[in-house]
Amino acid sequence: MAGIALSDLRKSYGPTEVLHGIGGEIEDGEFIVIVGPSGCGKSTLLRMVAGLETVTSGEIRIGDRRVNELEPAERDIAMVFQNYALYPHMSVFGNMSYGLKIKGLSRDEIKTRVEAAADILEIRPFLDRKPRQLSGGQRQRVAMGRAIVREPEVFLFDEPLSNLDAKLRVQMRLEIKKLQRRLGTTSIYVTHDQVEAMTLGDRLMVLNAGNVEQFGSPIELYERPETIFVAGFIGSPAMNFLPVSLLDDRRTMQIAGTLQVVLEAQVSTGLNDLTLGIRPEHMVEASDGEGVLKINVEVVEQLGAETLVHGTLSGNEHALTASLPGVRRIEAGSEITLAVPGDKVHLFDPSTGKRLG
Amino acid sequence: MVENRRYLDLLAHLVLIFGIAIVAFPIWVTFVASTHADVRMQQVPLPLMPGDRFWENLTITLFGSGLAGSETAPVWRMLLNSLVMALTIAGGKILISLLSAFAIVYFKFPFRMGFFWMIFITLMLPVEVRILPTFEVVANLGMLNSYWGLSIPLIASATATFMFRQVFLTVPDELLESARVDGAGPMRFFWDILLPLSRTNIAALFVILFIYGWNQYIWPLLITTDQDMYTIVMAMKQMLETSEEAPRWNIVMMTAILAMLPPVVVVIAMQKLFVQGLTETEK
Repeated sequence: MAGIALSDLRKSYGPTEVLHGIGGEIEDGEFIVIVGPSGCGKSTLLRMVAGLETVTSGEIRIGDRRVNELEPAERDIAMVFQNYALYPHMSVFGNMSYGLKIKGLSRDEIKTRVEAAADILEIRPFLDRKPRQLSGGQRQRVAMGRAIVREPEVFLFDEPLSNLDAKLRVQMRLEIKKLQRRLGTTSIYVTHDQVEAMTLGDRLMVLNAGNVEQFGSPIELYERPETIFVAGFIGSPAMNFLPVSLLDDRRTMQIAGTLQVVLEAQVSTGLNDLTLGIRPEHMVEASDGEGVLKINVEVVEQLGAETLVHGTLSGNEHALTASLPGVRRIEAGSEITLAVPGDKVHLFDPSTGKRLG
Repeated sequence: MVENRRYLDLLAHLVLIFGIAIVAFPIWVTFVASTHADVRMQQVPLPLMPGDRFWENLTITLFGSGLAGSETAPVWRMLLNSLVMALTIAGGKILISLLSAFAIVYFKFPFRMGFFWMIFITLMLPVEVRILPTFEVVANLGMLNSYWGLSIPLIASATATFMFRQVFLTVPDELLESARVDGAGPMRFFWDILLPLSRTNIAALFVILFIYGWNQYIWPLLITTDQDMYTIVMAMKQMLETSEEAPRWNIVMMTAILAMLPPVVVVIAMQKLFVQGLTETEK
């Protein structure tokens, strides 16, 4: 088992730099999820750790070894690919044992290891089948089995669940998590799905346009997003952002001329115009009065456990989403009144996108 | 889709039978001619039903050496020569093309595309165009009248290289990456992953190239002077060039039948793989 250290990793394709200095320490046995929108460089980063992309500058260490110049096979990693990348002409057993065969392990050792992994993943009955005779979920298991039998220092997952249907994805997500707990192997998992990221990761690295936006536990990211990007990316439905102006007491904020939110403490900033973030699930229904938002309801989504209300702010047409618990009878076209609790708001500098306070 | 009507079925069958008759009739005549006595073949009208001399003619053709005078080698020898040449050409072409396509698709080296286009351009240069310089080279290397001389100059193949390149391009990159993670080196990947995946394509190409090699005419004609190295296709032509007597049609036709057999056997034996190789796209 080993930790991983990334320092100032950069990757350029010709003159275009796609990763601008990624750094971070990953502890031994940790499950790290790299998450970000498509094109943010997350797969490139993973492939650099795997050794499938060259490192332009910076350093990758696995355990106490610098691995920049090592071939993928020498890095003691195993990778699960998005489309599984099973060898189509080999049986499941052949697929799982191929790496071990190359390593030169004895026949008995290979058999023991493959069968043990097959038992963990419950694919023992399929060992003689070809990949094309398996369903998507079974292929996924084989791909994971191929990783497990190598008993590597590090598992790398490149969006392994994105080819599965929604139900299977949730099930496999849980199994991956359990498996990682059980084996205790350091893992890096790349996904664009923030729910997958939140449920799987011990810590999340949020990437945007080749930069690390924030690296922390799921709850840290949810409760204290460092940037507008993280705030908008983590959590579903996404956080609402409203332009607000700070009054002279540095505690009271005015939204759209009507609502006033009073913060728990003063904000120490020279700025007067800020961006306020409030999660849909933190908005509460209120009766008319001081400090409330009037929303023109446009669409109501009944999810049973909660009701999502999409609408615009009366008076300035700013789009807002609120998530109210339980089933609510709200008509589209009506007006509802919502309050914004002062202790649930996030404040950002609109020009830099960084968190204030 | 076409409607399923009785008279349409009938029409379809008629058209097909007519087509088969046109294709098969000359072969039938060849076969019939090979079963009659020498004398019968000089009389008009030519027979259309098989005679009783098949085995006799077969023995004379295969082992007799006195076809056109006494210099010609027996036909079994020519069949063997043709077989060796066709197999070497097909095997060599496949091997060379596989390796060059592997190099072009999977390795980055200077002027990679330059090399690819150089290979590609030779598609436009058939053997006949470069026949004199090639002859010069083969002669200087002392390969006249040898199996090497017969086959090596025909081995380089742009078509096959191009085809394998297309096949390799359809193999997902992840397979290569996954093999790299598994610790497979380039040749190991080639042998363990690429070759099995191209199996059907190799078979299809083998069929085409075997027939190509078997049917070579002008090149063997040029570089063989020794009777023992004659191939069957060129020898047949020479059987007709008898100066003093009339050609012995029954023997010539028997030779033709024998010359047709190996390609037919190859096609029938590899039919399933052949069709898969040309049509299958799923990797």
